[in-house]
This record gives sequence, C-alpha cells and structure tokens, in this order.
Amino acid sequence: MFSFFKPKPPAAEPATPATPVESAPLPVESRPGWAQRLKQGLAKTRDRLGGQLAGLFGVGRKIDAELFEELETILITADVGVDATQALLDTLQKKVRRENLTEASDLQAALKQALVDLLTPLQAPLDVTPHKPFILMLAGVNGAGKTTTIGKLAKLYQSQGLSVLLAAGDTFRAAAREQLQVWGERNNVTVVSQEKGDSAAVIFDAIQAARARNIDVVLADTAGRLPTQLHLMEEIRKVKRVIEKAIPGAPHEVLLVLDANTGQNAVTQVKAFDDALGVTGLVLTKLDGTAKGGAIAAIAHACLARPRSIPVRYIGVGETVDDLRPFDAREFVEAVFTA
Amino acid sequence: MLENLSGRLAGVVKSLRGQARITEANVQDTLRQVRLALLEADVALPVVKDFIEAVKTRALGQEVLTSLSPGQALIGIVHEELTRLMGGENAELNLAATPPAVILMAGLQGSGKTTTSGKLALLLKNRKKKVLLASVDVYRPAAIDQLRQLGKQLDVAFFEAGDERDPLKIAQAAQDHARKQFYDVLIVDTAGRLAIDEAMMNEIKALHAAVRPIETLFVVDAMQGQDAVNVAKAFNEALPLTGVVLTKLDGDARGGAALSVRHITGKPLKFIGVGEKPTGLEAFHPERMAQRILGMGDVLSLIEQAQGSVDLAEAKKLADKVKKGKDFDLEDFKAQIQQMRKMGGLSALMDKLPGAGQMTMPAGADDKAINRVEGIINSMTPLERRKPDIIKASRKRRIAAGAGVQVQEVNKLLNQFEQAQKMMKMMGKGGLSKMMRGMKGMLPGMR
Repeated sequence: MFSFFKPKPPAAEPATPATPVESAPLPVESRPGWAQRLKQGLAKTRDRLGGQLAGLFGVGRKIDAELFEELETILITADVGVDATQALLDTLQKKVRRENLTEASDLQAALKQALVDLLTPLQAPLDVTPHKPFILMLAGVNGAGKTTTIGKLAKLYQSQGLSVLLAAGDTFRAAAREQLQVWGERNNVTVVSQEKGDSAAVIFDAIQAARARNIDVVLADTAGRLPTQLHLMEEIRKVKRVIEKAIPGAPHEVLLVLDANTGQNAVTQVKAFDDALGVTGLVLTKLDGTAKGGAIAAIAHACLARPRSIPVRYIGVGETVDDLRPFDAREFVEAVFTA
Repeated sequence: MLENLSGRLAGVVKSLRGQARITEANVQDTLRQVRLALLEADVALPVVKDFIEAVKTRALGQEVLTSLSPGQALIGIVHEELTRLMGGENAELNLAATPPAVILMAGLQGSGKTTTSGKLALLLKNRKKKVLLASVDVYRPAAIDQLRQLGKQLDVAFFEAGDERDPLKIAQAAQDHARKQFYDVLIVDTAGRLAIDEAMMNEIKALHAAVRPIETLFVVDAMQGQDAVNVAKAFNEALPLTGVVLTKLDGDARGGAALSVRHITGKPLKFIGVGEKPTGLEAFHPERMAQRILGMGDVLSLIEQAQGSVDLAEAKKLADKVKKGKDFDLEDFKAQIQQMRKMGGLSALMDKLPGAGQMTMPAGADDKAINRVEGIINSMTPLERRKPDIIKASRKRRIAAGAGVQVQEVNKLLNQFEQAQKMMKMMGKGGLSKMMRGMKGMLPGMR
C-alpha cells in the first residue's frame, strides 16, 4: 500500500530512550526502563506509524499535496478518525504557510507537536490518596478488558503500599466472579462477591467491608454492556447511585475501559458512558497489538466540543501487571514516533 | 464525528437530486462523501479505496447513462457494490465430516469467542445435534469455568479436562471423548491472542493440525477499527479460516470491520452475534449489513417514491419562493401536506428517513392529525390563506365551524404555521436537515 517507503533515515530528533518522567507521582514510574517498556509495548504501533512517517519525512523530501494525502492515510489507518485527522492536517497546513516550511522533515516536529497539543488535555494522572477508602468504579463494553484491568490496578496500588479490595460487581457474565477471585488469590487481595444478587448490592457490601477493614482503595467491577442496551445503562446508573449512598461523594473515580482495537465507536462509547455516569477517567487497553490507539486522538478531538475533557488515566501496553502505565501525552507520541 | 452516516448520505442524496446528469465532477464529490462515510464506519482504508474504485468504474459506465435518474443509480450502485463485497449470500455452517465435526474458534482477546461458542452450541443443539463444548483457554483466569457454566445453562455437555494445562492435550482428549461418546459436533474454544504473538499463533496452528476442524471460525468484534485488516490478514495466513463471526452487533457501531475482514480474508461471514442471551446468534445477511454500514435507512426506496410521486413543478414553485425570500403562506403549507400524503403519509415518510426512526412519534402525530390540518386550511378563504394575519376571532370561529373543530385547534395550526414560516426562512440558509429538525415542532402533537 505504501510504495513510498524509503530506507529509514536517521531520526530527525535524537532518540532519547528511557527519559525519566520529571514529575513522578507514582514510585513505580521512576523505575528505570519503564519508558523502554512502554516503547516495547507500542513497538508495533511505532513500527507501522513511525516507520511510515520516517519514510514520509525523509531527508530532502519537499512538502507537497501528495505528502499531506499520505499523512491523511496514515492518520486514518491509525483510527484517528476523519474529523480529528482533518483538524490535525489543517493545523499543519496553516503552520506550513505561516512559517514557510518547505522541507518534509520540518513537518515531523510540527505533527508531533500538534498531536501532543491535542493529547495533553487528556493527561492527568490519577491520585487515589485523597479519600479513604477511595472508590473506583470500572465500566465499559463487553470484552474491553475491565476485569483484567482491575487485576492490574490492584497490583499497582498494592505496590504503592495501599491496601486494596475488589468488588466482583459483574454478576451477569458466566464466571466473571471466578475470574476476579482467581486474580485476588494470585495477588493476595480480598474479593467481595456474592453467589447471586445484583452488582449494586455486591459493591455496597464491598464498600462496607472496606470501611470496616480500613482499606485504602476499592475497585468495583461491573458487567460489560453496550450503550445501546438502555436497561443495562439504567442499571449501571443505579450502581453509581448506590455507591453514592454508601459513601457520599463516591465513587471518586469512574473509569471507562476502552479497547485500543476499537474504531470510531470509541468516541460514541465515551459520550454514552459519560452521559450516563459522568466518566472521570479512561483506560486504554490492548495497546500491545497492532492497533495504534489513534482513537485517543479522536476522543481528544471530540472532547473539544464537550464541556470538559476526560483524561486517560492508564494505558495497557502488555500482558503483565507492570504494563499498565500512567498516560503521558508527549511520551505516548514520542514512543509512537521515535524509531 | 458523532454525526452519523445517515446524515451524510442524506446529504449525498440531496446533492444528487435535481441534477440532470452525472458528470465526472459530481460523481467525484459524491464518492468523496461516501468515502468519508465508510471511513467513519471503520471500514479499513485500503478496502475503502478498492470499493470506491469499483463504484467509480461502474458509475461512470453505461449503467448510469441508461438509468432514469443519476442519483438513484449512483446510490444504488454504492449499495449493490457493498452487498456484493460483503459476500453475495450467506454461507451455511459446514458439518459434513466424519463425526465429531470439529469447530475451532479463533480471535483476539475480548472479541467474544466464549460467548459465541455457547451460542453456537445452543444453535446446533436446537438442530438436534449432540454437541460437546471444550475450552483450551488455560491463560485467562476462569475462562474454562465460564464455558463450563455456559454449558450448564444451555444443557450442553462440557468436556472436563481435569488438571491438564496443555491446550493441545486438552483438545485431543476432548476429540477422543467426543468420538467415543458419539457426539456430532465438538466446539473448541481457544484463548484470545494477538496476531503478532508468535508463540500463541504457533499454538493455535498446532491445535488446528491436531484436531483438523471442518470449520475454523474467526471471531471479530463489530466495533473493531482500522486494524481489522492487519489482524484478519495475520489470522488468515496462520490458519485456513472457513468463516467469520461478527459479534456485538447489538451495539451502535456501524460494523465497517465486517467489510474489511470479508475483503481481506475472502471468507464468508457466517453468523452475527447480537446480545448476551444464548439465543443471540443469527445468520448473516449481506444486504442488511450493507445498509447498516451505509446507515441509509431506506433512502433508496425514498428516492424512488419521491421521484415517482412528488409534483416537481409544485416543488419548484415552493423552492423559488423560499429562495426569493417571499412569504411562505398557508397555501404552500397545504401543498406541502398534500405532497407528503402522496409519498405515503407522514408515518411512512418518517420510517424511511434515516435517523428519523429515533424521533418518537407520540399518539396524535398521525396522519389523522394531518388530515385535520388540511381540513382547517380548506375552510379558509383564499385571502385568509395568503394573509393569515387577518384571521381574528370571528374568522376563527367561522373556520372552526367549517372544519368541524374547536377554535383552539385553529389557533394551534396558526401557531404551527408561524413556526413553519420561520423554518422556511432557515431553510433558505440551512437546507433540508435544518427543516427536518424544525418539522418536529411544526407538526401537531410531535415533540
């Protein structure tokens, strides 16, 4: 498809692997090599997107209409979406005119900057210490990776010295409870579950238990649901109401789990779940595949039209617990673009 | 972004109507809009390119020239090509093997393999097949338990592997068990895997070689984005797929992945998954899917009907008036109502407009109400129709008596007409879509 591939030229910017994050709110973040791991996780994303871009921005190439068309192709195939792609290209085109850019390589920095500008509003790490217990509620469509993410989050908070309790709120899918229980056993975390009953009740019990045991963080799982299933959206609203009843002001965080493989429906999902629950954060999972996660850009772009943007709290770049990472716009863009 | 395809397509249709013939330029423009619409439906870009090429070739050829209306023909071609690409007709499940016929499920994490396995088991059980379910997903916690519970719910046998943790051995043991117990079908559910995970892809290749399935089904999430092509390609190269199952179609994703996967693998889409209920597995209908991806509701037949029945001269007169900014009077209002009736009445019209289906029609917004409105207008003098401002209390009483309604209804109509007048002014600027929104307030009883 991309006949314009050229041998990779030296990267326009020197690759700076493992740049430690300057502000490190989480202890694990400063561990050496995590940026490296993020890069590994995103290797496929980078290989495709970065590789294509390296070819595009090759030495000596001039900026022309064809270059923009190729750029459009790359952004579209990364699931950035038609609108966000158009907006990014418009920004670039203006910049080219304003600053009289002619070299294709100048465009690379400009595109990176435009992407960072677009994604920066989504960057806001989650602090779970202000409340005790801090109640996190997870929601998402079927198969987005909610339960797996809960396991990873439990491990993450534990490694920060916090006590964690899981609420097996997915009472619908067969063996969802067992899936969480297995996770809990493996990681030595208490799981509150019920043989039968609705998720609101399970989560309510879990919160009571957390208070009694002086637990720091409660992770509440919910069943996967598509936003078109109105009765299920109503049900999850109820779950939130019940949590509020258990602890006024809770849930302190409503996380929406998104599969990086999802296309433009990700934007619809964010809107629908936000309308129902007031989503306060996103988790982007499965970035270790070939999916490029460009839907983040589509979401960021769509958020421009909404009263507030919803930050991406974590991204999942691999199978292991350590592969769940706070989202950093620049690092994300760098990891994607630095070969 | 959130604006759906229907809106776009309605725009396409609009721009095509009233044009005498298709020129290279206006086809380009329309195709560009179709292209954007497909991309927003998550059809992969290379597939979109192929598709646009195919449509262009046909649209610029003979068929359009001989057709009655260029717009009709072009949208028709888009729809036809889409249906054709999607596979022509649906393919049945092949179970023609020495029992047990083995069905192997493959796909990414979270695509819906286990749920689909359960649904498939029920479907086959209802066809009087003796089905055995087996899970070789030893990785995800409680995955095996999930299938066991599904089997129990559905009253379908589940193969207990005991402490065995080797997927290959579990599969072989299950096959052996199925053979000895005379099962007709064995469904092997596998772990979700990334197409780039070599070890896992090798594992499923080995599984395939060991159990020699007659059906190897690739399970795809309807919400999947552009990456669907890469994943489908990788799975297709690793395994001799025999069919595709598209899941989570009860969501609002347009399901462009269906087109991508079909195009890349060339394998038929055999089933669609709708909902979490075990009965939610249906045969795939390419035509319906084409309509879903395009989001065109029933635009096709609307075009046909409108083309056949709308009095073009009348419509032109109105359009001229609007353009010139002349007053839109009750005579025009009546003409509009009559045109609407020619097209099968309000309810028929609403059904056909994409997006209008979501506008709930409360009781009263039916064709009867429209008839009453027409009756009231008919009870007015020509002067009153042209200058509704002169209608005061005594005229209202006379009109109400003439139409057999209460005075309040005359008032209501006059209010609605006033809104419609504003709408017409807007239409001069904003076009049909704005007017449609306005119509909600204009017609009696509608919200």
